[in-house]
Amino acid sequence: MDEELERDEKVFLLGEEVAQYDGAYKVSRGLWKKYGDKRIIDTPISEMGFAGIAVGAAMAGLRPICEFMTFNFSMQAIDQVINSAAKTYYMSGGLQPVPIVFRGPNGASAGVAAQHSQCFAAWYGHCPGLKVVSPWNSEDAKGLIKSAIRDNNPVVVLENELMYGVPFEFPSEAQSKDFLIPIGKAKIERQGTHITVVAHSRPVGHCLEAATVLSKEGIECEVINMRTIRPMDIETIEASVMKTNHLITVEGGWPQFGVGAEICARIMEGPAFNFLDAPAVRVTGADVPMPYAKILEDNSVPQVKDIIFAIKKTLNI
Amino acid sequence: MRKMLAAVSRVLSGVSQKPASRVLVASRNFANDATFEIKKCDLHRLEEGPPVTTVLTREDGLRYYRMMQTVRRMELKADQLYKQKIIRGFCHLCDGQEACCVGLEAGINPTDHLITAYRAHGFTFTRGLSVREILAELTGRRGGCAKGKGGSMHMYAKNFYGGNGIVGAQVPLGAGIALACKYNGKDEVCLTLYGDGAANQGQIFEAYNMAALWKLPCIFICENNRYGMGTSVERAAASTDYYKRGDFIPGLRVDGMDVLCVREATRFAAAYCRSGKGPILMELQTYRYHGHSMSDPGVSYRTREEIQEVRSKSDPIMLLKDRMVNSNLASVEELKEIDVEVRKEIEDAAQFATADPEPPLEELGYHIYSSDPPFEVRGANQWIKFKSIS
Repeated sequence: MDEELERDEKVFLLGEEVAQYDGAYKVSRGLWKKYGDKRIIDTPISEMGFAGIAVGAAMAGLRPICEFMTFNFSMQAIDQVINSAAKTYYMSGGLQPVPIVFRGPNGASAGVAAQHSQCFAAWYGHCPGLKVVSPWNSEDAKGLIKSAIRDNNPVVVLENELMYGVPFEFPSEAQSKDFLIPIGKAKIERQGTHITVVAHSRPVGHCLEAATVLSKEGIECEVINMRTIRPMDIETIEASVMKTNHLITVEGGWPQFGVGAEICARIMEGPAFNFLDAPAVRVTGADVPMPYAKILEDNSVPQVKDIIFAIKKTLNI
Repeated sequence: MRKMLAAVSRVLSGVSQKPASRVLVASRNFANDATFEIKKCDLHRLEEGPPVTTVLTREDGLRYYRMMQTVRRMELKADQLYKQKIIRGFCHLCDGQEACCVGLEAGINPTDHLITAYRAHGFTFTRGLSVREILAELTGRRGGCAKGKGGSMHMYAKNFYGGNGIVGAQVPLGAGIALACKYNGKDEVCLTLYGDGAANQGQIFEAYNMAALWKLPCIFICENNRYGMGTSVERAAASTDYYKRGDFIPGLRVDGMDVLCVREATRFAAAYCRSGKGPILMELQTYRYHGHSMSDPGVSYRTREEIQEVRSKSDPIMLLKDRMVNSNLASVEELKEIDVEVRKEIEDAAQFATADPEPPLEELGYHIYSSDPPFEVRGANQWIKFKSIS
């Protein structure tokens, strides 16, 4: 964000505690000190209001980054995201673009209970006019937010609170101020031959862990990091399935009408269907509002053991 | 030698022995009640406000003292348990704000209703739950009031509707409870609480409008502790006169550090609503010693001097204690005994909350729907199934 704020003076950030508090999760640390009140704006607790204000500013040519402290609170403003931002370019016949970024942590955290743990990938991914990205590691986070800010369309960036503190090796090309990850392109994080494992956000790490465990048993998983929810890179997934003949999807959100459900439907509609040796399988969050007690919460999110189990079942092992 | 033996035997016989001070207390004569002056409330669209003097009985005083001390110690215990990682997730403590929950409860009946946001442990207690159930919910155990499924922000009791995590959302809910009160015709009122940060939520103004239009018996209460997370009131609100923000709804601004002031204002507001005049708004000026939550040290946006000043000059428990001692409603020793009893109660509750087992995994899927026949709930994959029972 710092690099994009420096590069283009139309870019600004608004949200709760983003300025003087340095960000509820410290993502915007140092920005207010560097850029001041005009570019980094603390808002009152008025999501519907400030999301609308951000969309209006975007319509008038600025490039706002609108932070939701968590995406759970975006529900209060979702009308502005969908009806005012996502649909406008279409409704105006191509006259009125809305170059806005909505970002913040999405999905389960640790012990924050039902109202603070929902994953919105499926909800936002459902809507034409929006782009939706879901970074997993540091490289993703940097490359995707920069692309999102430079994109002339409304982009929802679903970050993850538990990933904020996880360090990753940063490849040298990612150090550049112009390092961008294209929106709409998935990445194969690990090559494999026996089964395609598709995930987004934090579960990508769990899939890689599962792959490491299974590798010792001679099962080689191809792990795909979606990076973008919409527009979905189904081609990368199809090419992989046509190679491995098996597919599982992994996500933190609820199963019904989820990201995995969409992937399965598209696979059935495309060339990869005929290459499947077994039905595709989804690993998801449990179909319950997130419980608080640790034992219940642990069993309400996809764990490495659930992924391994699903892979073995699919491979009939 | 004999004196020494007697002293040793006193020490060795331990807790069961009556402390010397108790003998003293029993023989003292206390006043039955005393009259106190309380701060006049600022008024908005009201000709008259609550009285500026109030009578406190010894019995009530001791009860308020015990309740406030219990809330205080319970919150401090929660702080400790959080730092030991026995409580996880969010934990928003209300120490400093005890006069609000205790004073409000003193001004209403148990058949009235109350709803608040996430800084709710104090209200959960004053609305009737035990410290045990509250702490066990915080530690996520089966003995918790929500069976460990809700945690800090989702505790419920009879006529207490939580415990709500989404800022401001509880206010239209409270207006709805008030609608039910009017609908049922039993002269009940609903206390609908929100903070200074939440006061800028649009849905609150929607609730104000409908409550006034339909004359709902809703007491809107802004618990103004000067900071919405890290944002001071001046940086968030174009008007910080929260008691006037209801515009067409009459309002009063109350000293939220004085349990008697809160009680009188609540009695006044409840009488107003019960008379069918419609909603009323109360702003309680109060202060929280802790940061916004356990992940906020609370000193990046305010000074330690400010916190210390409030603690030394306006602490609600100290204010009540001084009043009671100075007007002979209670003795210092008696109140100290209450402190000891409260400490023990909290310790016992914490023991329970730490030792009680977690909820059984089989119940993960329970309570999704109410009043429905059992069904199956999908777990992390299609082979993991949980039973769901209402």
